[in-house]
Amino acid sequence: MLILEKRPSPSQFWTYTTPILAVILTMIAGGALFALLGKDPVVAIRTIFWDPLFGEFAFYLRGQLLVKAGPLILIAVGLSLGFRAGIWNIGAEGQYIIGAIFGAGVGLAVFPTESRWIFPVMIAAGAFGGWLWAMIPAILKTRFNTNEILVSLMLVYVAQTILSKAATGFLRNPQGMGFPGSRNFSSYPAARNVELISGTGMHWGVVAAFIAVIAAYVLLQRHILGFQIKLAGQAPRAARFAGVPPTRLVVMCMGISGALAGLAGMFEVSGPAGQISIDFASGYGFTAIIVAFLGRLNPLGILLAGLVMALTYVGGEMASTNLGLPSAAVQAFQGMLLFFLLAVDLLSNYRIRFMKGRAA
Amino acid sequence: MNRRTLMATAALGLGLAFGGSADAAGMDKVKACFVYVGPVGDGGWTYQHDQGRLAVIEAFGDKVDASTFQENVPEGADAERVLTQMALSGCNIIFTTSFGYMDATNAVAAKFPDVKFEHATGYKRDSDNVSTYGARFYEGRAVIGTIAGRMTKSNKIGYIASFPIPEVIRGINSTFLHAKKVNPDVTLSVVWAYTWFDPAKEADAAKALIEQGVDVIVQHTDSTAPLAEAAKTARVIGFGQASDMAAYKPSPRVSSIIDNWAPYYVKRVGALLDGSYAQVDSWEGISAGEVEIGEITDAVPAEVKAEAEALRDAIGAGTYHPFTGPINKQDGTAWLADGATAPDGDLLGMNFYVEGIVGDIPQ
Amino acid sequence: MDFGGINPAVLVASLMVASVPIMLAAIGELVVEKAGVLNLGVEGMMIMGAICGFISAVQTGSPVLGFIGGAVGAAALALVFAVLTQVLQANQVATGLALTLFGLGLSSLMGQGYVGIKPPLTGQVPFGPLADIPVLGRILFSHDPMVYVSIAIIAAVWAVLKFSRMGLILRAVGENHDAAHSLGYKVTRIRILAILFGGAMAGLGGAYLSLVRVPQWTDGITAGAGWIALAIVVFASWKPWRVLLGAYLFGGISVLQLNLQAAGARIPVEYLSMSPYLITILVLVIMSSGKGRASMNAPAALGQNFHTAR
Repeated sequence: MLILEKRPSPSQFWTYTTPILAVILTMIAGGALFALLGKDPVVAIRTIFWDPLFGEFAFYLRGQLLVKAGPLILIAVGLSLGFRAGIWNIGAEGQYIIGAIFGAGVGLAVFPTESRWIFPVMIAAGAFGGWLWAMIPAILKTRFNTNEILVSLMLVYVAQTILSKAATGFLRNPQGMGFPGSRNFSSYPAARNVELISGTGMHWGVVAAFIAVIAAYVLLQRHILGFQIKLAGQAPRAARFAGVPPTRLVVMCMGISGALAGLAGMFEVSGPAGQISIDFASGYGFTAIIVAFLGRLNPLGILLAGLVMALTYVGGEMASTNLGLPSAAVQAFQGMLLFFLLAVDLLSNYRIRFMKGRAA
Repeated sequence: MNRRTLMATAALGLGLAFGGSADAAGMDKVKACFVYVGPVGDGGWTYQHDQGRLAVIEAFGDKVDASTFQENVPEGADAERVLTQMALSGCNIIFTTSFGYMDATNAVAAKFPDVKFEHATGYKRDSDNVSTYGARFYEGRAVIGTIAGRMTKSNKIGYIASFPIPEVIRGINSTFLHAKKVNPDVTLSVVWAYTWFDPAKEADAAKALIEQGVDVIVQHTDSTAPLAEAAKTARVIGFGQASDMAAYKPSPRVSSIIDNWAPYYVKRVGALLDGSYAQVDSWEGISAGEVEIGEITDAVPAEVKAEAEALRDAIGAGTYHPFTGPINKQDGTAWLADGATAPDGDLLGMNFYVEGIVGDIPQ
Repeated sequence: MDFGGINPAVLVASLMVASVPIMLAAIGELVVEKAGVLNLGVEGMMIMGAICGFISAVQTGSPVLGFIGGAVGAAALALVFAVLTQVLQANQVATGLALTLFGLGLSSLMGQGYVGIKPPLTGQVPFGPLADIPVLGRILFSHDPMVYVSIAIIAAVWAVLKFSRMGLILRAVGENHDAAHSLGYKVTRIRILAILFGGAMAGLGGAYLSLVRVPQWTDGITAGAGWIALAIVVFASWKPWRVLLGAYLFGGISVLQLNLQAAGARIPVEYLSMSPYLITILVLVIMSSGKGRASMNAPAALGQNFHTAR
């Protein structure tokens, strides 16, 4: 009879090993899935995980990994702070969109002026937009005790409608022959999110992601807010007794995650995506949730998890083109990754014992 | 070494290795690649493009490798990556089949000057290896508008529109003008779905229109859902969009507009093979076979069928232009004088309804 | 008797049909949450139900078997969630999200060969002359069987929760799982059964979309309906009959905005399409503020994992 016995404190060994174990298990299960679809599993797994790093076109694809991972890491770092404290911001996608609209709107409003200040102001506008959108569920939670999961989620749909309106209406390119979509930022140098080192995919958003990782690490290790976040998550009653102000925590966590998501949106729209279009939102806000968990809500872990997730995206695309693997298989694969992680996670919190006798 | 130079050299090297000599004397073998915005199984827009790809394989046999395609490619950075990968892997000509790929196509084309890019329904050609192509769907709308005007008993035609872009507005105007020509009492109700393909939304839109008394549904969205909804009510008819949607014959699908990209794709790949390839901005219609009218079923009376087919032939022969004056804009101002035909420029940027259509174009 | 060109009887009949999927998913989730489990994977379960139902119906030619297949398929996915959260003690929120993602991907994979196919038609229940009664006939007697089944399920859930011993135990488990455990009730087993029921209901709702509402299979056919169902449970303060009301409200707004457009009303389309979500937020705020009664009605152990020390 298998018994689960709670450990007094999470096991260090397993905390580091579980993500690796989860990835290996996913590779096996994913390989089985691909085999079922009639594709050679070894080739498929190799195309997804190995080729983008060391394969034929890796010199190009390695940079693309950073392009894909940058927004994921940036958003996930913000989300992880809230998740640790039990504050579930599920609407990062909406904050991402609004941040992009604010940032792009500011940039396009002053087109075609050239000035060193335009890009920094766009950055501020993007962060502000995301922060604003996250404040709605935050205030509703602190004032009215409304569930932030549902509110932030509903706001994602509202944000998507606003995006549609922006692309076809108020941000539409006046020289675009009536087609939806804003002016492309590649034709506006002062507002463009450029690659700092050409060919590596490292644009300002990626830089911001690295800064965010370091900042979050420092916050959690050294700052009182970080302590309060960790306490509120692990021992809510103790946090209450210690005087952690729940309102302030909610507002700070939602605000930070909203601002970071908005930043990610702004960097994406002025860089890789290039314009506000109806399909601009590609689900980074939701995938970032997986990245946050995959990284065990730890900034450094999130950095690695973001890169692994980016690998599945870029590699999955290659598998799609070269092997004819349906793109849905990659999505299922990513879901499986999270499942396995959650499943093996128990090893770090519980010890498995074999015992005779009746269970609970 | 600068990465950009490395990539370009690699591309050139691969292009030479796989593509034969890419000069004006033609090529021995062409690798044609395709980028799709939706799934091949959508039975509509992407399906028809893939049919074109298959036609290329059939036409040229082993002189062409047209096996590479990528479906469900989102517009934006992902499109750029897919296009770059295709170019790096030796494609000689890449067809990007959605308007939203415009910036990605031009950006990648600039980095790979020896690869030809063909962008559907776009208007930007920043480098000379980018060509654009489209089809005059409004010609097809004229024919089905005539059938709609004749067949409607309630005099209400419903239009499920996708986005307020010139192509869609052209379709609305052409349908309305020709329905009204044969039936002066006809009215048009437009529902904006804000999607190209979302069966649930399209079904709901069709249902709402039918509940308002509409008995002919015209759609500029790509799924068969409106036809499925129309099938639930006896008196309602509709038309296949982008592909024939033959599963709904003989009713409610009484005819269809079929996008036939095969002639264009075969022509362009052929031009690469025989060395006559040049940059174009192609906008063909019924006459070149790019727009086809699907079989008009027996649910349509014989004289209406004859009228529609005659109109189709006249457009195909060039003797009739669907936008021939006198036509006024919705606000009453004159647009086309008596007998004048609309210049392509007006059509490409069309952002107004013609006189007689009630309602505003969403801004 | 039209208002602005819209016939109210037709509108009500339409909204009854439009709300069936979210109603079924919501009543299933209500049972799950009453047992103390928060399953955010409703969207994934619904879409699995949609594809499994579609495949079963197309392969067997019978819509009934299609619905059963949809329920079974979604319940199978819910079983994964149940095992992860109840046996392996995983975090419920994260597992629910993973369920949604996996469900969306898996359903898309399974549906690869089924795009554009017509499913066997689910007819209307033949009420004969009753359906010809003006107004009421259209509203009450002209629907397909699932509309009536969904209302019957709500009635059944209400009755079981309120009057039966099984319902009492379920509610006890949701309010205080430790107390229920000490009374000898098998908390884990009850929760797993509740999760399976929730999955089956979501599956029925999803199957309704692909077999009746659209009726077709496409990727992402649910388009967020699962999340709406979650909101409806909160809106309903975890009371079954309020789920009916919430589903009608939501379904009604979606139907209304399309009808207003079709009737030529001059309201900007974008604001209309935003309105269901904004109204949901508004309702959520009202429900959770006010006298705070809604928050008192939430099962006390909602979202907490149950584990006995040994």
